[in-house]
Amino acid sequence: MKTSEQVLSELLAAMPEVKVSLLVNPSASAQHSLLVASEDALRVAAYLRDQLGYDYCSNVTGVDWLDKETTEKRKTSRIVLKQVDGVEQSVEETVEETVKRVDPGYLEAVYHLFSMKHGPTDPHPPLVIRMRTGNRSDAVELPSLTPVWRSAEFQEREIFDLYGIVFRGHRDLRRLLMWDEFEDHPMRRDYVDPDDYEYEPTPHDDVLKRAEQQRLQAAQGGAL
Amino acid sequence: MSDLAIQSYLPPVIEVESQDELLEVAMGPHHPSTHGVFRMDVALDGERVVRLKPVFGYLHRNHEKIAEKTTYLASMPYTDRLDYFCSMTNNWAYALAVEKLAGIEVPERAEYLRVITAELTRIQNHASAIGFLLQEMGASGTPLMYAFREREIILDLFESLSGSRMMCNYMRFGGCRVDLPAGWLDAARQVVAGLPRFIDEIEALLTSNEILMARSQGVGILKPDLAINAGVTGVMLRATGVNYDVRKVDHYGIYDRFSFRVPLGEHGDIYDRYMLRVLEMRESVKILEQAIPQLPAGPILDPKSKPRGFRPKPGEAYGRIEAPKGELGFYLISDGTGNPYRYRVRPPSLINLTILEDMCLGQNVADVVLIFGSVDIVLGEVDR
Amino acid sequence: MLGEGILKGLGETARNFVGSFVSEDRLTTVEYPEQRLLPIENTRDFPFLVYDGADPDAGLRCVSCQICEKECPPKCIYIVKSTDKKPDYVGKPQFYPARFDIDISVCMSCQICVEVCPFEAIKMDTEFELSTDDRFGGLILDKHKLAKSNEHFQRIHPTEAAEVDARLAEEKEKVEAKAKAAAEAAAAKTAAESAAAKTAAESAARKAEDGSSGSDAEGVKP
Repeated sequence: MKTSEQVLSELLAAMPEVKVSLLVNPSASAQHSLLVASEDALRVAAYLRDQLGYDYCSNVTGVDWLDKETTEKRKTSRIVLKQVDGVEQSVEETVEETVKRVDPGYLEAVYHLFSMKHGPTDPHPPLVIRMRTGNRSDAVELPSLTPVWRSAEFQEREIFDLYGIVFRGHRDLRRLLMWDEFEDHPMRRDYVDPDDYEYEPTPHDDVLKRAEQQRLQAAQGGAL
Repeated sequence: MSDLAIQSYLPPVIEVESQDELLEVAMGPHHPSTHGVFRMDVALDGERVVRLKPVFGYLHRNHEKIAEKTTYLASMPYTDRLDYFCSMTNNWAYALAVEKLAGIEVPERAEYLRVITAELTRIQNHASAIGFLLQEMGASGTPLMYAFREREIILDLFESLSGSRMMCNYMRFGGCRVDLPAGWLDAARQVVAGLPRFIDEIEALLTSNEILMARSQGVGILKPDLAINAGVTGVMLRATGVNYDVRKVDHYGIYDRFSFRVPLGEHGDIYDRYMLRVLEMRESVKILEQAIPQLPAGPILDPKSKPRGFRPKPGEAYGRIEAPKGELGFYLISDGTGNPYRYRVRPPSLINLTILEDMCLGQNVADVVLIFGSVDIVLGEVDR
Repeated sequence: MLGEGILKGLGETARNFVGSFVSEDRLTTVEYPEQRLLPIENTRDFPFLVYDGADPDAGLRCVSCQICEKECPPKCIYIVKSTDKKPDYVGKPQFYPARFDIDISVCMSCQICVEVCPFEAIKMDTEFELSTDDRFGGLILDKHKLAKSNEHFQRIHPTEAAEVDARLAEEKEKVEAKAKAAAEAAAAKTAAESAAAKTAAESAARKAEDGSSGSDAEGVKP
């Protein structure tokens, strides 16, 4: 089987207009991945399955990347007019300024592909393809790859359930693990679990304290 | 994309005369055949199943979230509780993924210990799976108790090795936790020597049994192309005739040192799955007979690995093994801290249920119980 | 012939039934609680704290470092560190747990606390008959319920306990040897210092003898 780089060049040769790029994985596993633009994903997936032999989609999962705020200090030099010894001159001056940059977060769907046709004779690492949503709040649609690989059916439902990615074209997109009335997406990084579990006097005092607080609040609420 | 013609694999649509005449039945969540709390919403036309929707989540505890909030090591005992029949293989899959992520080498003795414990796990899992299948067929007691008798002997070995029958928590990143206690290897040799007799007994009891054949042959047929497309793995896949065993495909661990065959079915029905489990047990016995005498001396843990403060470099890895129920994979993303940024389990039990609907539609309702039983799932892994 | 397979299977069960009267192997159950299986040495269920000597309060090995509390996967350990110190098994003053609770309704018997403990202070017990009618209090084990003697540890896990004892004895020996060496070095140092002082005094005395006043010699004392 081919490496991710070879798959990428073959894809681009066959379909020059699709937006695919290679993401390098720095860890020891060296399983690099292909980032596929969501509008091309279905075509790319069909090509991978039918032409390149990746007939088996093993693992489908979501990843949540939060908004990243980075502040960096940048030194800029600029020319200013200054009075030097009574004469106006243009002098170069270095100014330090802090630049705040917010990289918007996104949700990611990751697919691990193998080939059952070629696998037994040709051992190969997984081909990893990823799709990214526009942001984490309103542009969370991605095309469903269930028409190409049926194995994504339950796993995409699970991502929809736990991460909140909406898969366009999925034949039965419902919550998988949480109940239908549940509102949040518990696998997101900023999910706060509700404080409504049954309090038990475990040795951990903060739980006891929270229980006490809640009891107090309830009592005050009752008085009002 | 309208210009794209993609060949999809969808469940068949069953024609019914009138939608009003259908009987809707919720099988579960406490149905005795559901191996735990699991529900199938079934619509029946007479005895024929015309619609089936599995409902999951009764045992959902968000294992992945818990793992993302704790250290790498602290997730190891939680993996025991995924598929609680096969904690050894769960440990191995997780350890393998972390070893891939951090580039850790495993000493040879530890590799042998992993193979020995994993194959013992496979035998006891398949034995119990057969027992449960027969239980659901109405053979209440005997086959299951025979299987459990044998399973208990293997679990005693696990207990004297790791301290616990089922929640072994035995493997570590770069090896295993403890070395063999005195006399363990002799005990294991004795158990392995007794296994062929047990498999013969199970076969004498069941293989030519007319009731089993009548109930299982030609029932719940799965086609190979659908099985591949739906990501079905393990015995379910090989029963359709597709030769795909991760032990042979990935050559993980030291499996290429042992000679064993991968049994394949040809019809993809329940009887093939039963037969394949029996044959796989025999192959596992073969592996054990080779591995136990070869066990080398040496360290069991990579000396560089440490119990606390494990922080792999940023990156990601997907590691998978052939667990008794199918391909068990772990996908990890590290951001350089002590907790994984993303921790994902690829549960074979859940993904093998994708085609439950396809197999059951058009069959009799009594066979749904059997088809479901032949998939061999554990709800701890389905719901995680 | 139809039914042949069924008869064959029935033959197999009959063999087991009759065999159970003859062979011990085919009798696989024991009648708990009257009969009991032999305990398996490595068995673990819930942790306990090891103490040396006869007094559980004085001999507790735990120094309240709280590593187990941090590493415990289900977070069932709760420790309050003491404010004062008491001597440990080598005589070094150490903190001790003012409070040490384990909620065994939460504990999952994974043994990670034992693995991470650098002081051999927490070990796994084999006691499994722990049922209680008090769901909350009865399942929280405090320091006094958790403390068990080293002899108990030696009885339930002889191999592991022997290793631990050997390791601790070795460490103690090392510490003692080090202390001894340090004491010797200190003694040698004081001896050398006093010798140096002596020579200084002598030379001063000689100087005084050379003609200066004797009061100088008094000022140079070791």
